[in-house]
Amino acid sequence: MSYSEKVIDHYEHPRNVGSFKKEEDGIGTGLVGAPACGDVMKLQIKVSAEGIIEDAKFKTFGCGSAIASSSLVTEWVKGKTLDEAASIKNTDIAQHLALPPVKIHCSVLAEDAIKAAIADYKKKSGSSDEAVG
Amino acid sequence: MLHMTAVNGTTNAGLQRPIYLDYQATTPCDPRVVEAMLPYFTEKFGNPHSRNHAYGWEAEEAVEQAREQVAAIIGADPKEIIFTSGATESNNLAIKGVANFYRDKKDHIITVVTEHKCVLDSCRHLEQEGFKVTYLPVHKNGLIDLAQLEAAITDRTALVSVMAVNNEIGVIQPLAEIGAICRKHHVFFHTDAAQGVGKMPLDVNAMNIDLMSISGHKIYGPKGIGALFVRRRPRVRLQAIINGGGQERGMRSGTLPTPMIVGLGEACRIAQAEMGVENERMHALRDRLLTGINARLPECYVNGDLEQRVPGNLNISFAFVEGEGLMMGVKDIAVSSGSACTSASLEPSYVLRALGLDAEMAHTSLRLGFGRFTTEAEIDYAINHIVEAVSRLRELSPLWEMHQEGIDIKSIQWAGH
Amino acid sequence: MSATAVYLDYNATAPLRQAAVDAMVRALRTTGNPSSVHGFGRAARRLVEDARDSVAEMVGAVPAGVVFTSGGSEANALGLTGFGHRHILASAVEHPSVLKAVDGVETVPVDRDGLIDLAALEALLRAAEGPVMVAVMLANNETGVLQPVAEVARIAHAYGALVHCDAVQAAGKVDIDMHRLGVDTLALSAHKLGGPQGVGALVLAAAEAEVIPLIKGGGQERRRRAGTENVPGIAGFAAAGRLALAEMQDAAQRLGALRDRLEAEASRVAPHTVVFGAGVERLPNTSCLALPGLSAQTAVMAFDLAGVAVSAGSACSSGKVAASHVLAAMGAGALAGAAIRVSLGWDSVEADVDRFIDVFTRVAGQRAASAA
Repeated sequence: MSYSEKVIDHYEHPRNVGSFKKEEDGIGTGLVGAPACGDVMKLQIKVSAEGIIEDAKFKTFGCGSAIASSSLVTEWVKGKTLDEAASIKNTDIAQHLALPPVKIHCSVLAEDAIKAAIADYKKKSGSSDEAVG
Repeated sequence: MLHMTAVNGTTNAGLQRPIYLDYQATTPCDPRVVEAMLPYFTEKFGNPHSRNHAYGWEAEEAVEQAREQVAAIIGADPKEIIFTSGATESNNLAIKGVANFYRDKKDHIITVVTEHKCVLDSCRHLEQEGFKVTYLPVHKNGLIDLAQLEAAITDRTALVSVMAVNNEIGVIQPLAEIGAICRKHHVFFHTDAAQGVGKMPLDVNAMNIDLMSISGHKIYGPKGIGALFVRRRPRVRLQAIINGGGQERGMRSGTLPTPMIVGLGEACRIAQAEMGVENERMHALRDRLLTGINARLPECYVNGDLEQRVPGNLNISFAFVEGEGLMMGVKDIAVSSGSACTSASLEPSYVLRALGLDAEMAHTSLRLGFGRFTTEAEIDYAINHIVEAVSRLRELSPLWEMHQEGIDIKSIQWAGH
Repeated sequence: MSATAVYLDYNATAPLRQAAVDAMVRALRTTGNPSSVHGFGRAARRLVEDARDSVAEMVGAVPAGVVFTSGGSEANALGLTGFGHRHILASAVEHPSVLKAVDGVETVPVDRDGLIDLAALEALLRAAEGPVMVAVMLANNETGVLQPVAEVARIAHAYGALVHCDAVQAAGKVDIDMHRLGVDTLALSAHKLGGPQGVGALVLAAAEAEVIPLIKGGGQERRRRAGTENVPGIAGFAAAGRLALAEMQDAAQRLGALRDRLEAEASRVAPHTVVFGAGVERLPNTSCLALPGLSAQTAVMAFDLAGVAVSAGSACSSGKVAASHVLAAMGAGALAGAAIRVSLGWDSVEADVDRFIDVFTRVAGQRAASAA
């Protein structure tokens, strides 16, 4: 299997690797996938009082495409509002990374991770918005 | 173009990268094998079936010498060797051929869940045709239970097919014991020895083996050639898959590819002559590799029995690191994650699952295969490369983080997808 | 072999072209299983896929329709059984790998020149129940006679039958366009066109067609043929095929002229010489001739002693030289026992024909003397 240059770049130089303390205020954590399926993504967002995602971190167990997809979305969500971040589509991720058809599920998982992180943030902050994702 | 050379430098500076550590997928063709084949590419090009002229006789002589060389390494009579296009064809011919020939009296086959895909597919095909197939499970170490085998045999059983050496985990099944059970119950015993020939002593008579599949390219010979041992006493009969000119005693028609056969013969000759020394060296390399990894990485598990195993294989689960991601990280070494035939799929290896491994552990495995042309320097390089990649990916792994925090990942309700 | 030996048995096997040797040696020195995803595997895969392009081009097919096999016999078996047909109609002069592919192959008679009887074919198709597979070879291995394959395909398709064409002897010698021929499957062998033994191909007109594999296992060859690909063989096949294709027209002209001279001189030396299929279209390289009263066995031995390799009957039998079923089907009767096959190829030269004629003159003379 050959990977696109962008996948290789993210795999070799992943952006925003790491973790925030889950309990801290303003942190939303999404944990999606399953070890048995070969992919687990943990995506965390740090949301400012104004509702802007000011930082993001990830850790991923998975193939190069899964690592690249999650690395990419940590870059994309930064500076966005929750609604803007929630509108990121897996197809955008797949297209940007030139994922082959067998790897599309990696981009789906990354989209799910964003939504799960936002939902977690909203749940913690008591937001009455409908649950997302 | 990537070339494997027989004489990779033994110093780090002389290392050619990437380093080939996928000897169970295929082996480099030994330069001595290529040399032996060359004359049959050019001046000695006859069709071995041409009985009317010297070109044909010369080719026939070469074929018969190779037949003796192949027979010798498994203790068979040359007349019992049938040349095929490879072990996959041999396995198909042995299993379907015997089943179809004896189908009036017998309709039951016994095999093992960890067999090569072509054995399992041949059995599934027979099931569709009305045969019954028993798929024996394996213990956690990859070996079958002999009592279970014996209990599975009925008076309708035509064939027991158990591989000599597993292609993913390298474990050696107890062939002599299986052979004794089969002989006692008058059931034919076929073994897929593609990964075993030249790596362990094999004797079809001492082990009571009735059919044995042999591959060229797994033993430093060419691709596209293999053999099937078919016992003459007591005689095993089979229905051919490829009919026509009636070559190979009617069991396999088609012009015999003389140069390929010469290559297979030479590969067997070399393997037989060098097996002892080579195995010792492989053991040393294996120990070096395993010790080197274990010394620097926690949570690494060897899959399959370490004792009942050919020395040129290690299959290791690097917990909390996904295998495909790891393969990308160890790009300077050519390894496989699962078998070469199935690695294009994303399913975890059925062989590892059969050992009782959780899917998540199966997903973290690498198969490291080494052999005749692997050097200590290459092993050392591989150790460093693997340790670095695993360490880096564990830093990236949420599962490793949880493990460090003392969270049991099995306690989490995973959604799956 | 002695340097002066003359090889005139190309239809049994052709000497390897140097380009094929080079391609094979290169491939033999390249490690890698085409199914492996790492660089070694991808390099091997590239060799296989480049070869697939070349083989497809040779017969005017799409690469995805090319299924590499272990040779012509397997390709014939796969073509004839791959679509689940139980009823196979084959011309009586087909290769044994076609006639014996399954039990109960029904034969269609041929005329004295070896051409399939189209009326008989149509009658059999009309009478047939259930799906039929028709097998017809493009060129006969013993006589070189070319069959009206396009016509066969047209008739067969009118009755809903599929058509398999054994093009093993024709490939590389005459132009092949499988769509113009209108056949559904086509069998090829590498070693008849200067490539290696042990590799061939089944080519499918419907490139995406599913085929019931003869050899099951891994997903190689789009699940149509399991087993690690014969990478050196496949690379050698393609190299030889490319050369054969590039040189085809010149070679046909050159070999045709050699063959015609050989036949003319044989007839001059022994006016009773019979050339089978002389009146119909044949491969330019093949001559199947008989001198009444001269046993082929005796003649072939005499030729061999004189360093000239020709054949009696077909090479593909298990030791014993049986009477040719091809010549029997053509109604040759006792003359079949006198038939010698001379087949030329890429390395044949004028001097080879001279040597043949020298020996032929001698054995014909001996026959005349002993008959007198």
